[in-house]
Amino acid sequence: MYHYDDFDAAFVAARVEQFRDQVGRRLSGELTEEQFRPHRLMNGLYLQLHSYMLRVAVPYGTLNSRQMRKLAEIARKYDRGYGHFTTRQNIQFNWPALKDTPDILAELASVEMHAIQTSGNCVRNVTADHFAGVAHDEIADPRPYAEILRQWSSLHPEFSFLPRKFKIAVNGAAHDRAVVQAHDIGLQIVRNDKGELGFAVYVGGGLGRTPFIARKVRDFLPERELLGYVEAILRVYNMEGRRDNKFKARIKILLHEKSLDVLRGEIEAEFATRDKQALDLPPQEIARMAAFFAPPELDPKRPASDRVERRKGKDARFASFFAANVTPHRAQGYVVVTVSLKAIGAPPGDATADQMDAVADLAEDYSHNEIRVSHEQNLILPHVALDDLPAVYDRLASVGLATPNAGAISDIIACPGLDYCTLATARSIPVAQRIAQKFGDGARAKSIGPLKIKISGCINACGHHHVGHIGILGLERAGEETYQITLGGSADENAAIGQIVGPGFSSENVVEAVETIVQTYMDLRRDEQETFIEAYRRVGIAPFKEALYERSAGSDI
Amino acid sequence: MFNVITANRLADGVVVFLTADRGWSEDFNRAAVERDDAATAAALARAKDDEALNVVVDAYAVPVEERNGHVAPKALRESIRAAGPTVRRDLGKQAHGQAPHSGPTAVVEAEHVSL
Repeated sequence: MYHYDDFDAAFVAARVEQFRDQVGRRLSGELTEEQFRPHRLMNGLYLQLHSYMLRVAVPYGTLNSRQMRKLAEIARKYDRGYGHFTTRQNIQFNWPALKDTPDILAELASVEMHAIQTSGNCVRNVTADHFAGVAHDEIADPRPYAEILRQWSSLHPEFSFLPRKFKIAVNGAAHDRAVVQAHDIGLQIVRNDKGELGFAVYVGGGLGRTPFIARKVRDFLPERELLGYVEAILRVYNMEGRRDNKFKARIKILLHEKSLDVLRGEIEAEFATRDKQALDLPPQEIARMAAFFAPPELDPKRPASDRVERRKGKDARFASFFAANVTPHRAQGYVVVTVSLKAIGAPPGDATADQMDAVADLAEDYSHNEIRVSHEQNLILPHVALDDLPAVYDRLASVGLATPNAGAISDIIACPGLDYCTLATARSIPVAQRIAQKFGDGARAKSIGPLKIKISGCINACGHHHVGHIGILGLERAGEETYQITLGGSADENAAIGQIVGPGFSSENVVEAVETIVQTYMDLRRDEQETFIEAYRRVGIAPFKEALYERSAGSDI
Repeated sequence: MFNVITANRLADGVVVFLTADRGWSEDFNRAAVERDDAATAAALARAKDDEALNVVVDAYAVPVEERNGHVAPKALRESIRAAGPTVRRDLGKQAHGQAPHSGPTAVVEAEHVSL
């Protein structure tokens, strides 16, 4: 993984001291809240429902054991013993004191982490496929490009005060695990006819109150032109994005208002004027960056493990874990292990300090010191030898992290919702908990198969409900929580915005509504191989609507 | 309409409520209840003074009502803010016996939620 050079270390350390000074001046009264707010936000510090909240970047979702241990230490020392992994591969601490945040940032800097640009109208943490570097279907590792973009966009003087926040994701495999089409810029790594590496460039995706799937502006952008093209997009957006209305300020609105062809024309015209000397990436710089992410040297192993097979034979729970949470690795005899942060009935994405330490230890002992955070709010051990899997599983189970539900109905994305968030209009976590408890991680869940439920507690859509196979949006109506359900959304290469199924449901009835939807799918699917989303695409929304509103009692709102 | 005045303490962000003696308490049950618009405006003005003195930030009035002989926030959001996350009963004010005596709400789902 990337390691800070002297410049990076000095840059981050200087930012910590700058913020320490700003916090000191705020506490002494030299700065008013109005003057201080932009400074704290540029350092990832929000004021939330109960307290301050610090959002720490995990760049492109990659971290090492030392960093994870530091997150655990911060959780214990400065917070309430846990952290929340988010849909943007960040971690949030929910209870830090303002006076402690400079020390927290200094501790983070000691392990090459920071909270810079995790808030504010700037380029946010660049995210990537959580299976980067290990996926079978990978064209190229997205992380070197994500790191180049991170360095280029950090405190970029032209792009630090954009009309609105700006999110970039990079995916390097044929299968999109980074939701690139829901980002302001989505970069999909491709090869052209000549076998050269480059990017299909998507622009204008985004969820929130006005969801849009991104549009492709370039089929093939040569890799050396990455920064020049991203600069052109940002420059057009910075000049023309709306600043008069916060709700219309994202690039998705600009694209929608201008049309794809016009915006593309402007981007290309801007791109043509770029300073090639300054922005074209020299091959040696790409190679230097790629070297940081070179795969670890893995000893050759047999493709099968007797130890794993024996355990599968006698331990159904382990067999379920193997089926759901274990993905083939590029290297023979190795696997990628998804560590579910979705224990049945637990808040999605939360991990205790002890759990973070346990994962750090496991990564050190079994995964070449590497951990990933997925946008689906799980952790990944990317390089586990198949023979070690039973030992890894047992240690995960001992700290409540072996729930065999990756990709299943209880592997729910949920934003913090009204339990923590000052913007929320309804709670998300309790709905996720009750759905998980309803379906569990046993035989029923297994027979339902892959199903992505995503829950947001307000229209800002941090819980990605628009792109959930089943999306749930929590709203407030006449003082009561109410939940609107969408169906048919998708977050992968076939990205789609879900369709609202009908009037909303009360908190009391929303889980039953999900049950009705699931049962309708089970009844109409062709066979067990046909997944929920495949069946939905075949039959459309009508049978679900009918089941929800005609055959059963229907909505109660 | 009855109100209490709330804010976050500047140094640590903790939710606090304006008390009858012009102090700030972490305990909702110690909040002074303002019984009309004029009293609310006056109390809010005092809170804004404390903002200017850098004691608290983001002061505002919270509509409350009497329920079962106790004062409680009308809105779910404010109930959660005055008590703590409904999904973590071990955290926030509720963990120290400082939650409003009759929260609307949260309780409806508590029995379904295991932690």
